[in-house]
Amino acid sequence: MSLAKRIIPCLDVDNGRVVKGVKFVDIRDAGDPVEVARRYDREGADEITFLDITASSDDRETMVHVVEEVAGEVFIPLTVGGGIRTLDDIRRMLNAGADKVGINTAAVFNPEFVRDAARRFGTQCIVVAIDAKQVNRPGEPERWEIFTHGGRKPTGLDAVAWAKKMAAHGAGEILLTSMDRDGTRQGFDLALTRAISEAVPIPVIASGGVGNLQHLADGIIEGKADAVLAASIFHFAEYTIRQAKECMAARGIEVRL
Amino acid sequence: MSSVAVIDYGMGNLHSIAKALQHASPDVHVQIVADPQLILQADRVVFPGVGAIRDCMQALVDTGLQEVIRQVAESRPLLGICLGMQALLTESEENGSTRCLNIVPGHVRHFATPLLDAQGEILKIPHMGWNQVHQQRDHPLWRNIPQDSRFYFVHSYYVQPDDDSVIAGVTEYPEPFTCALSCGNIFAVQFHPEKSQAVGLQLLQNFLSWDGGG
Repeated sequence: MSLAKRIIPCLDVDNGRVVKGVKFVDIRDAGDPVEVARRYDREGADEITFLDITASSDDRETMVHVVEEVAGEVFIPLTVGGGIRTLDDIRRMLNAGADKVGINTAAVFNPEFVRDAARRFGTQCIVVAIDAKQVNRPGEPERWEIFTHGGRKPTGLDAVAWAKKMAAHGAGEILLTSMDRDGTRQGFDLALTRAISEAVPIPVIASGGVGNLQHLADGIIEGKADAVLAASIFHFAEYTIRQAKECMAARGIEVRL
Repeated sequence: MSSVAVIDYGMGNLHSIAKALQHASPDVHVQIVADPQLILQADRVVFPGVGAIRDCMQALVDTGLQEVIRQVAESRPLLGICLGMQALLTESEENGSTRCLNIVPGHVRHFATPLLDAQGEILKIPHMGWNQVHQQRDHPLWRNIPQDSRFYFVHSYYVQPDDDSVIAGVTEYPEPFTCALSCGNIFAVQFHPEKSQAVGLQLLQNFLSWDGGG
């Protein structure tokens, strides 16, 4: 018996509605976040992540209500990312019922924010989200850099070094997204996932590019991830969480069934 | 109507546990309280906690709740969760070395680093996610919970009680450690029942109908 590898469905929420994903131009409405979260919980999701992609900060309050409502009926860990920039943003989400918050851009601009947040709220609730893109030329050793603003702005930061730094600053977990793969359905960037997972002592969640259930298992076996995150393959009932776990179990991965 | 007090001493988010208790037993009066008098009026008490042990102990001393927890343990059912479990022991290795409440004699240890599994692969710390809980003996809080059910954990330290007879449950990571202990009115768990879906809610429901004793 041992610790199960986790499957984490991610809900991209825009102004209180689940949408298909940031990378898709034709954003399709995928329903009410509370209903979707309830369905994932029933299917055996190990955690649920909400990514708030609401553009206007005025509408952020909507996300607080979504979290409150979900936390009142779904009793598994909930993570909220998107627009978390201050200690007060974190406090609001935790008070609404979130267990963890994802910090992305704010960490890049001010790494000390991660340290302060971990000190104040505990490392267990600080997830540092890393968006990485491969930057080496063909033939050169593989190298990835951190990008912000949905993969548009390079920062010059090396992804592996950055992940180590964030772990040392008190991140409890890393949510790693390959910007090259996100939305492509070609599978995780396994080399990137493995490089980061082997470099840090904390758990790593692989994200970006899942198109089928084998991809999830690949992320664990080849990418050495501790958890796998996917959005679109679960939203339209293409696959259930249960099917994903059965597929992983068939490949010898320990899961919670 | 019976009541349960969730102790608020400024360590972490108590809304999750309060919501889960209410969901587990809609008829129970659930309160998040800092006032010692109100805590001692409740039928049952939950002692939660996340964060660092030194801050936790300091907060208990500053608020005077240290004594209140002792009184609770002698008079009514007490459920310790995560840091609320660790604080019951004698001393923790966290933050150098931190004196704890010494209600349950024993120590709080950090997982060995690096932590390796049987294949020589490195295991991540914190121990985070769903792991199996092996019930070491019958207890009212295990009622209707299948043996080896998975509960949600997130921690880097674990308890090592001096007296093996208080061990109610063990989990392997990769070595077995005490994830649940019970003695008298105390039941304490390293995992988070409030985040462990159906089995977690069952444990909370069991606690809310428990009158102490094993």
